[in-house]
Amino acid sequence: MNEAYNSVASFAQTWGLVYFVVLFAVVLAYALWPKNRSRFDEAAHIPLRED
Amino acid sequence: MAQTKAKYLTLEEGFFAAFLIVIAFVCLIIAGKTYDQVMAFHTALGSLFAAGGAFIIFKNYFNDGGMAIPQEVDGKPNYNLGPIKFGAWAAVFWGIAGFTVGLIIALQLAYPVLNFDLPWTSFGRLRPLHTSAVIFAFGGNVLLATSFYVVQRTSRARMPGRIAPWFVILGYNAFIVIAGTGYLLGATQSKEYAEPEWYADLWLTIVWVAYLLVFLGTLWKRKEPHIYVANWFYLAFIITIAMLHIVNNLTVPVSIYGTKSYIVWAGVQDAMVQWWYGHNAVGFFLTAGFLAIMYYFVPKRAERPVYSYRLSIVHFWALIFLYIWAGPHHLHYTALPQWASTLGATFSIILWMPSWGGMINGLMTLSGAWDKLRTDPVLRMMVVSIAFYGMSTFEGPLMSLRSVNSLSHYTDWTIGHVHSGALGWVGYISFGALYCLIPWLWNKKQVYSLKLVNWHFWISTIGIVLYICAMWVSGIMQGLMWRAYDQLGFLEYSFIETVEAMHPFYVIRALGGALFVAGALIMAYNLWMTVRHGEAEEAETAGAGAMAPAE
Amino acid sequence: MSIWKKHEVFEKHSLVLVIGILVVVAIGGLVEIAPLFYLKSTIEKVEGMRPYTPLELAGRNVYIREGCYLCHSQMVRPMRDELERYGHFSLAAESMYDHPFQWGSKRTGPDLARVGGKYSDEWHRDHLVNPRSVVPASIMPGYPFLLEAKLETRGIEDHLTANAMVGVPYSEDMIASARADMLAQANPDGDDVDAFLERYPDAIVRDFDGNSRDVTEMDALVAYLQMLGTLVDFSIYDNKANLR
Repeated sequence: MNEAYNSVASFAQTWGLVYFVVLFAVVLAYALWPKNRSRFDEAAHIPLRED
Repeated sequence: MAQTKAKYLTLEEGFFAAFLIVIAFVCLIIAGKTYDQVMAFHTALGSLFAAGGAFIIFKNYFNDGGMAIPQEVDGKPNYNLGPIKFGAWAAVFWGIAGFTVGLIIALQLAYPVLNFDLPWTSFGRLRPLHTSAVIFAFGGNVLLATSFYVVQRTSRARMPGRIAPWFVILGYNAFIVIAGTGYLLGATQSKEYAEPEWYADLWLTIVWVAYLLVFLGTLWKRKEPHIYVANWFYLAFIITIAMLHIVNNLTVPVSIYGTKSYIVWAGVQDAMVQWWYGHNAVGFFLTAGFLAIMYYFVPKRAERPVYSYRLSIVHFWALIFLYIWAGPHHLHYTALPQWASTLGATFSIILWMPSWGGMINGLMTLSGAWDKLRTDPVLRMMVVSIAFYGMSTFEGPLMSLRSVNSLSHYTDWTIGHVHSGALGWVGYISFGALYCLIPWLWNKKQVYSLKLVNWHFWISTIGIVLYICAMWVSGIMQGLMWRAYDQLGFLEYSFIETVEAMHPFYVIRALGGALFVAGALIMAYNLWMTVRHGEAEEAETAGAGAMAPAE
Repeated sequence: MSIWKKHEVFEKHSLVLVIGILVVVAIGGLVEIAPLFYLKSTIEKVEGMRPYTPLELAGRNVYIREGCYLCHSQMVRPMRDELERYGHFSLAAESMYDHPFQWGSKRTGPDLARVGGKYSDEWHRDHLVNPRSVVPASIMPGYPFLLEAKLETRGIEDHLTANAMVGVPYSEDMIASARADMLAQANPDGDDVDAFLERYPDAIVRDFDGNSRDVTEMDALVAYLQMLGTLVDFSIYDNKANLR
């Protein structure tokens, strides 16, 4: 049991952490990329533009 | 404007008609051969529904001659509002039904004589009816109606299909009827929030695939280059619920002529699958779906764009990739290995961040427009719902801690927590959406009476506060009583003494529930009057006014 | 052509979104669920565990049908007060034949994981018919109709077959004689008792509902309640082998 716990824990603490950090970094980069700014500002107004 | 009459049914009409006819026959055969009375009743009902559906398809074809529906009228998208109108009213109806059943079972806990000792009125059968009616019938119809509305408006395109959207909304409500009557008659899988038996699950799967296709189809037709963030949340809700539903309902039916089935998972694996499902039903049905509502209806009502669109993107991805891990915190100290429940708790704590990010994004949308809270009770309702969201997403991670959970688990604290989320967050954001949606759908300027919205708001807020406080006290009290020892080192209270101590709080809880039901009834009246007598959006000509029925 | 080209790009974008969502949400479940199928503590077999007898299985189905799990847990946690109140903490192996599990999530009433043998059949009968006749402050609903409801014996073989398909070790013999076994367990004077006990050693054979004329749903439910938590003998159980 203990070795199972240890292996899961060590996996989660290394690769799991890397996975989440990378995922988060990608999302942050996408959200904050300067080039995307105008697109997102545009998108935020979608509900308000009447057709 | 003479348009050519189509000679044949469209492929879509033909497909649905054929499918429904097949269903009707299969149901009829099963109804004839089964000795399971619940199965006989449900297949008879199913056969009736399916045959009715096929009949309507043919009738419509012969009536309007299968003319193609224009995608645009006067240069504006010709939005498909019919299924949305149905969904909105179905939500009102099921909401009141579900809240009322909740009130009944609350009273049963305070006064057990109300169980009447009959099979179909006992707590054990009514409780799933309550949870399913409020989550899936009320919440589900709100989500279907708003998602159809939002995806069309933000895509500037009409939903694809003539039958498919109706199939989704009517098929979903047929599922509700089958599931609900099943509970009363004793057909249940006993998996919380996934009680419907195998045949209802199968039907829901079909409806859900159609829902996904209609939703995606609208996105594919869109005229806006960007997919608005509310649609991301709706899409995550639809896809994840499909995955959860299928995995948690993998059953082997005893016979196709019977209601009973056995799940393929056993014991501890089944527990893990169930709470992976259960918690993500909260995460993706009751959170992601309703966040989509927040991201459309709050900016729309406040007449300003969402506070930070970038934050909403981070919010979305962080929420969906963290939420899915949180399930095992429901199984602390059980036979589930500790690493799993600890992992679940860890993610529940991290989840606090995106949850509050979303809350801040919703609330700050009002920055510069806070004065509207004073004059617009609908907006106030939605803002308070976001506040409740913040509160329950703070309480949730707290309760997922192992030490807190050892006290709170199995007690009413959990019930109180769920209801602060369900009544406060899901309920209020839904009411807010309905107060917006119904006038929009029927081309009215505003709801019939903002004063009544105000009454609804205050009455049900008092109800929620009574409910949550009663459950906090009774839950923590019972948890402490269970583990209390006297001076000699014996357990101080027998179990039944802890039950007796709860009585006053059960009465207060029922009172809170009654107020919430009362508020919902006020809403139903108000919405009905909006449709019947609300002021029209654009000043119609005098002639049109004169044609309106006398008040 | 050019319109289609543009259209295609949009389609791809929403499909990218779909795939992204699926990838992100599938991982959590996989990591948490998959190990449970091979970890020692979750799949180990413990001495004494056996599949439910047909009568107990039917009783379990009554338990499920009436929604008992909504107010009664079947999971004793390893805490001092629970061990004293209910008994030894529950093992994963004790629910290994449970399709679905009945751990519950709420204790409006007490935990039932080890209720077997704690009360007499008569007490259970009285309690189920009118809980307040034996526990005056109880808020449990009464189930008087269970005494009247004759147990459905048709198709019980199919129930065992379905369980066998999902991994419960019912032998062909057990499946073939399911109906006879079901009646035999509630009929201590019947002829089939010996054959039944050969298939399910140590199972309790009694007239659980105190009515020798019919085998009722009360028989089944009480038979189920009386075996709950009794299969594993904790005086010989090595709890070090299964620490969690």
